[in-house]
Amino acid sequence: MKNFDVVVIGGGPAGLAAALSARKKGASVAVLERDDKLGGILNQCIHSGFGLHYFGEELTGPEYAKRFRDAVLQDSGISVFLETMVLSLSKDKIICALSPAEGLLEIQAKAVVLAMGCRERSAGAIALAGERPAGIYTAGAAQRLCNIDGCLVGKEVVILGSGDIGLIMARRMTSEGAKVKLVMEIMPFSSGLKRNIVQCLNDFDIPLRYSTTVTRAEGKDRLTGVYIAPVDEKLAPILEKEEFIPCDTLLLSVGLIPENDLVSDMIELSPITKGAVVDERRETSLEGVFSAGNVLHVHDLVDNVSEEAAIAGESAALYALGKLPRGEKYAVTPSRGVRYALPQRIQAGEGKVRVYFRVDQVYRGKTVAVASGGEIVKRKKTAVMAPGEMQYIEIDKTALTGDVSIYLEEV
Amino acid sequence: MTSFDVIVIGGGVVGTAVLKSLASYEAKTLLLEKASDLSMGSSRANSGIVHAGYDAEPGTKKAYFNVLGAKMLPALAEELHVPYRKTGSLVAAKGGGEAGLEVLLDRAKKNGVRAEILSREKILELEPKISPEIQSALYAPDAGVVSPYKLTIAQGDFAVLNGATVKLNEKVEGIERAETGFIVKTSKGEYAAKAVVNAAGAGAKRINEAIGEMSVEQVYAAGDYYILDSKQSGVVNTVVFPLPDEKGKGILVAPTADGNVILGPTSRRVSEAQAERNAVTREGLALVREGVNRLISGVRIGDAIRVYAGTRTSVGSDFIIEESKSFPGYFMLLGICSPGLTSSPAIGEYVAEWAAKKFAFKKKEKTVPLPKKFKLSACSIEEAREKAKEDPAFGRIVCRCEKVTEGEILSAIHSPVPACTVDAVKRRVRAGMGRCQGGFCMPRVMEILSRELHLPLTAIRKGDEGSEIAPYEVKDGYEEL
Repeated sequence: MKNFDVVVIGGGPAGLAAALSARKKGASVAVLERDDKLGGILNQCIHSGFGLHYFGEELTGPEYAKRFRDAVLQDSGISVFLETMVLSLSKDKIICALSPAEGLLEIQAKAVVLAMGCRERSAGAIALAGERPAGIYTAGAAQRLCNIDGCLVGKEVVILGSGDIGLIMARRMTSEGAKVKLVMEIMPFSSGLKRNIVQCLNDFDIPLRYSTTVTRAEGKDRLTGVYIAPVDEKLAPILEKEEFIPCDTLLLSVGLIPENDLVSDMIELSPITKGAVVDERRETSLEGVFSAGNVLHVHDLVDNVSEEAAIAGESAALYALGKLPRGEKYAVTPSRGVRYALPQRIQAGEGKVRVYFRVDQVYRGKTVAVASGGEIVKRKKTAVMAPGEMQYIEIDKTALTGDVSIYLEEV
Repeated sequence: MTSFDVIVIGGGVVGTAVLKSLASYEAKTLLLEKASDLSMGSSRANSGIVHAGYDAEPGTKKAYFNVLGAKMLPALAEELHVPYRKTGSLVAAKGGGEAGLEVLLDRAKKNGVRAEILSREKILELEPKISPEIQSALYAPDAGVVSPYKLTIAQGDFAVLNGATVKLNEKVEGIERAETGFIVKTSKGEYAAKAVVNAAGAGAKRINEAIGEMSVEQVYAAGDYYILDSKQSGVVNTVVFPLPDEKGKGILVAPTADGNVILGPTSRRVSEAQAERNAVTREGLALVREGVNRLISGVRIGDAIRVYAGTRTSVGSDFIIEESKSFPGYFMLLGICSPGLTSSPAIGEYVAEWAAKKFAFKKKEKTVPLPKKFKLSACSIEEAREKAKEDPAFGRIVCRCEKVTEGEILSAIHSPVPACTVDAVKRRVRAGMGRCQGGFCMPRVMEILSRELHLPLTAIRKGDEGSEIAPYEVKDGYEEL
């Protein structure tokens, strides 16, 4: 049995930032990564646009990952276990993992940071009708094949869903000589970043149709086309308006799901984010277990992931060293236009807390308000708020007198 | 030209059952399958139910082979290390449905199948989530679930291990009568055989026509299914059917042998051309959802991880299991629809005994058992520790959702009937069958296949020819940072 103060499960951007911040507080740290390289999904995100907030410069995914990876690998207080898959985590923080180098690995942690990231919703999860030929992939799988393995999945592409990976892949496949015929989004708004719609679709004249979905896929061995149709207000396709689009590839960018399978029966999960319910230190319902990054809630910018994971890592180190203060907690509840807010709990005390939130549709010129104990403690007006872009509002903990609610005014 | 004693046409559960049974005899056998793997027709996409045998009309071949097959299946599954669970089954009826249950109970008695009618109170002990509408049910304790494609593949593996030859990607194009039996012409060559067994499933009509035997009318019914995430596995314990109607046994809710939940099938009459395509329909899925709600409450369709369709081929109301009168030595297995999976071991034995008697095959003194393969998701921590120490490939997890190691994938690729495609690997070891449906592991499985089969990554297929997953190379390489 190995012993560490803090064990970080996952060596992607969240795990690496958490490991570094836990180290800064003096904890011994282990990072368990299932892939053969640190950096997570950033390694296949070879486009630029990362780091504008965190580093103040524009980096590619691998460049962004490298900065954290180098720092982690140079720190002798951080043990890195690659190709290491965690099989189980017990309530008393004993981790059982498997790797080709170590075989079966048992680790006793004082604190754990969950940083397993998320997975893509599949064709099965959206019950895609039609045939099951080659040519239907999640955008991330196609991205991996393209950017890591050097293979292009097809030449005539239709994309369902306007999530960021789908938008990025529309541009990527275009640059590889594929024709991206159409991007469809079942909702009347995009779940991706505005800048990606401009830079990945508009700049390449790739059409984006809202309120439209794929009704069925056709092709025996290889996809030969998809039927698409507009949807009504209940998101049901209007089949009279169904049309056929010949294509050899359908990419799906229809949502990301935090991968909490390891802990789903152990910690409280939010039915909305599918991630843990946490306080502002990113501590879950199980004491000493913290969560950060896309396993906590799906982020739009990796910069936010790094920031959040640094909080989780620092808190985990403090917990392991017996220095994490405990006190009364206020619940944070979203309502009126706010789909979710995180953290879901705030511990009474001093200091500032950023409450991250997403709205449920596109709002223009609306004010978000935070109330505590019946009094509004903070208001912030924003020109445009879209579900695809995470917002935040900073509040002073000393202003809190009771449970917190966050909502949009005049909605 | 290579000569065989028996050529089996069709690598579904019936064809491989015949091959497996023949492996007990001193006979030279060949199985020809047109697709890229075994179990690519009805055997891959069905409910995976071991029917107890109360449904079939007494006196029919369906009843005979079902009852016999159901008795053989548990031992066969154990022998071949195929996932099987004796779950029992319920035919659930609303108030007023008792008469229908009595009919089934009567058939059960005539067919020699254990069954009883349960009150709602008793049903609740077995199925706490049974729909409030259900008042009574026929309970058959001997029903179960089995992995149909794993059974098919394991039968093929066993036969090959015991001397049989299996040729994939080889379509039968003609059969001629010869002095010593038959000449079977395929897309790749010609083979002589004393006997030919037509176990071609939906293709059986074509094989009959190729030899010049009577043409049969095949009817095709497609069925849509949902597979739910294993986290829904607590929703149902037994195989729960509605009262059957003229279209079939109806939409069921059942655990699968591998720990998921299966919902379906519908029964849509389709054309021969559609039968080959297995397209899921939205209307079909809607019918499944409605049907399920009438049986079990609280099934979360949102936990679906896969939808698919399968086709059953029938010829008249009963199985046709007989030697051709016009062409002695040509054995026909036609219209083996439900309960074909359950019947298959008995059909296999029947055909092997026929051939052994006709051609005086000697019984082998013993056969080579199929070795049990290591499966991380089914082993203890200690076994995992030992295996990873012995071979690091068993410490490297490739499929995260189903916890499948590289060692298991290598073993599938190098098994007696080798897995040469991503789907073939999936059917053998479940890589890609979990909640992410291969989103993470598909490229990794492709890399392993590419390495082991000495093929470029662009040539790796999902299934049959023409299903290359990523057929083109990118313009520029990727630079490691």
